[in-house]
Amino acid sequence: MRPGELIASDRGARPAAAGDLALARAVLERVMDPEVPVVSVVDLGIVREIDWRDGHLHLVVTPTYSGCPATELIESEIGAALEQAGFAAPRLERRLDPAWTTDWISERGRERLRAYGIAPPHGSASKRSLLGESPQVHCPQCGSAHTELLSQFGSTACKALYRCRECLEPFDYFKCI
Amino acid sequence: MNPQNDLSEYLLRLADSALVQGQRLCEWCGRAPALEEEMALMNVGLDLVGQARNWYEYAAELLADGRDADRLAYRRDERAYRNLLLVEQPNGDYAVTMTKQFLYDAWHFHTLAALTGSADARVAGIAAKALKEVTYHLRRSAEWVQRLGDGTEESHRRMVAAVRELWRFTVELVHADQVEERLHRTGIAPNPEELATAWRAKVADVFASASLAMPEPASHFYLSGKRGLHTEHLGLLLAEMQFLQRAYPDATW
Repeated sequence: MRPGELIASDRGARPAAAGDLALARAVLERVMDPEVPVVSVVDLGIVREIDWRDGHLHLVVTPTYSGCPATELIESEIGAALEQAGFAAPRLERRLDPAWTTDWISERGRERLRAYGIAPPHGSASKRSLLGESPQVHCPQCGSAHTELLSQFGSTACKALYRCRECLEPFDYFKCI
Repeated sequence: MNPQNDLSEYLLRLADSALVQGQRLCEWCGRAPALEEEMALMNVGLDLVGQARNWYEYAAELLADGRDADRLAYRRDERAYRNLLLVEQPNGDYAVTMTKQFLYDAWHFHTLAALTGSADARVAGIAAKALKEVTYHLRRSAEWVQRLGDGTEESHRRMVAAVRELWRFTVELVHADQVEERLHRTGIAPNPEELATAWRAKVADVFASASLAMPEPASHFYLSGKRGLHTEHLGLLLAEMQFLQRAYPDATW
């Protein structure tokens, strides 16, 4: 934290009002992941806590991958959306532990991934499925299970590259971690 | 040294190794043999740089001397770097790059797995996050070792040369010094010598499936990375990586 931020963040402190947390949640459901602009930060499961502390909205956010370059952008977009909705100087706490897992992606998030053309993570991120050789990945275009892995790494850290052997379309698979 | 100094020293080792390995991978940017390989190399590099930052941030808090994560990465000289000698070695051909990655990944995987049980909750948390990513790294590099080792005559010849070139740096991975011995006694970090069996078993297993002979443990000569005594290659890597912050200190955008 740089000098000045502490002073600036004291502005607008007030007691929590009824409906504040519900409103904050509704605002966050409209903040999309910049890499997957159909899934909100709530559906992605990275917002761990929404709370009111010391006169300000307090959020706990858990980043997806250690090196995800979107982490800072997501945090600044969350902050800007909340400010715009009337929450003065919301506080964001970045928490690494427990580590984010694709198990935290909501059912609605999975549906939206599929509709967007990205196969959602398959199964639970238990050790077995993490080490398992080939998860059953369905093509998000035609639904076929007849798919093959092209590369374990796709256009972003969280995805792998697959190809459907029925409709021959390549597609991203959201890796299970 | 007091326990806190031991821990910050150890965190710098983890961070420096991840950062230097990540930087080496990024040297492939724009030059990889195929688009999918380019994306994979950059993804793994990005994971490692992100992990390095998590370790640096914790180290910076313990050091409490005003340096932040960026300063630790971009303003320390070669002698202050604590990375394994293995990861600073040049990329060479794809056989060298993937053999280096595999030897490091196998060590990294077992080290992180042990660190998830650390008595220091912050260390355990960072390790748990990194372990998920490194599981993918290890699977990928092991597959490449198999493919190249058991591929054509040419790829096999290059893999044999790569193993011969890099093997002498592997003893350092599983050799404990006093810092690690003290951290092991307090339950904060594993003793690398206790990980040696698991590391060797993994390497032997993959080498066997790749038609590569498992060498005998190398000479104990190359152990100095943890003490800041490096091969000639690290200085050149840092000169490139640190150029901007050296030429324009505190530059931001």
